[in-house]
Amino acid sequence: MSGLLVAIGLILQVSLFDAFAWQGVVPNLVLMVVVAGALSRGGQAGMVLGFTAGLLMDLAPPADTVAGRWALALLVAGYVAGRFRQDTPTGRPSVTAVVATVATCSFVATSIFALTGMILQDPAIGFGEVLRVIGIGLFWDVLLTPLFLPVLLTLYARADAEARRA
Amino acid sequence: MTQLQSRPAAGREGINRRGSLEPRDPRSPRRSTAVALLLACATLITLDKTGGVLDPVRRVTGEVLGPAESAVSTVARPITSVPGWFHTRDGLKSRIADLQEQNAKLQEQVRTSDLDRNRLAEYDGLTRTAESIGYAVVPSRVIALGPAQSFHRTATIDAGSASGVRPDMTVVAAQGLVGRVLRVTSTTATVLLITDGDSTVGGRVGSSMKVGFVHGDSDLGDGGANQLELQLVDRSSIPRRGDTVVTWGSAKAAPYVSGVPIGQVTSAYASVRDSSTTAAIAPFVDFGALDLVGVVVPSGTSSDRAIIDADGRLKK
Repeated sequence: MSGLLVAIGLILQVSLFDAFAWQGVVPNLVLMVVVAGALSRGGQAGMVLGFTAGLLMDLAPPADTVAGRWALALLVAGYVAGRFRQDTPTGRPSVTAVVATVATCSFVATSIFALTGMILQDPAIGFGEVLRVIGIGLFWDVLLTPLFLPVLLTLYARADAEARRA
Repeated sequence: MTQLQSRPAAGREGINRRGSLEPRDPRSPRRSTAVALLLACATLITLDKTGGVLDPVRRVTGEVLGPAESAVSTVARPITSVPGWFHTRDGLKSRIADLQEQNAKLQEQVRTSDLDRNRLAEYDGLTRTAESIGYAVVPSRVIALGPAQSFHRTATIDAGSASGVRPDMTVVAAQGLVGRVLRVTSTTATVLLITDGDSTVGGRVGSSMKVGFVHGDSDLGDGGANQLELQLVDRSSIPRRGDTVVTWGSAKAAPYVSGVPIGQVTSAYASVRDSSTTAAIAPFVDFGALDLVGVVVPSGTSSDRAIIDADGRLKK
């Protein structure tokens, strides 16, 4: 199920939300799927999901980044979200916790992606520009969290319940 | 969920430092997995940085996801075009005023340009005989744009190798140059836009015929203004404001054909530090609203769709 969600998120991100992009920055739906997965299934699953989702983002058209950069960024995001879950072990995390998790993960993931880009010179980019993109990305992700995260968390909860029953 | 967590899973207990059994949450990250995944990332980055080992993987991913992107983009087009419907009254008024002014200017130009046109026709005929390579254009639509979070400006279009598109072909829009094809799948192609930080295009200032290189200045914002930078080879010449910059073309017309308009000079300044002249260029193409583009292919290319040929006719 995670794979399907990631693919849907990625396709919507590049094919639908590009029309609503603010200064080229779009909401990172793939990141939201990873956060939801990590929040409901823990850090172990979050890391694996983050890695696979990031790899897909690196390889799917129109990406032209060095492969492995988004994989690394979302891997860490999955890990961080998993840690947030450990802090709230009682059932479903609260709304503030979810928003805080998405905000942190968005900041961490875009920052790591930008940092690897700076190291690999892919492409050489200014520091101010990076900060601006991180800021707008953070704003988008927090803005859309109330829309997407509840749906994703419910989907995961339902899938887990079914798996337990089976 | 809490019950599941507090129950120690069989076989997952670890022995802690004091030598006693300690239940371990099976869902918390394991160090071995983290190390393995981190190493995988490092390997991937190295592989992709050193050579095109991952190109087949990219191609397969594109073959699978390309049609999906194409479908979503087609279905969503009525929705994504909604922002274009909303204009303020003042906005429309000023637009009408602008267009009227432009119209008047153009009419004046038409009246005075008979002589120019005749001379141009002569030159055109000359070029046509001298250069028998006509270009044809494969029309296609942009189905996906790379997010700015990736710090790259790329787009996917819905024409691929089945339509005669190959890597390193020029992509144009009605207004001017868009970019070049990076890689293709059978139904889609990835295009590097000229506003990307890695993009370099040979450019020529229309009025002085001076040549230089147009770089994307990797400013990812939309708005169209000053997204490109022109560095002139001849450092003594400074382009004028409003000058048009066109491509001067590459050898064998790949990746860029010659004579495609790129943009307009908005400001020029001489840098003392590296003793060069740099001009800011506003591209003619609005990269925030890319839709219909064309891929320049050699005349006579076989394609699964109608090609706009060099003489402007639609050819099947």
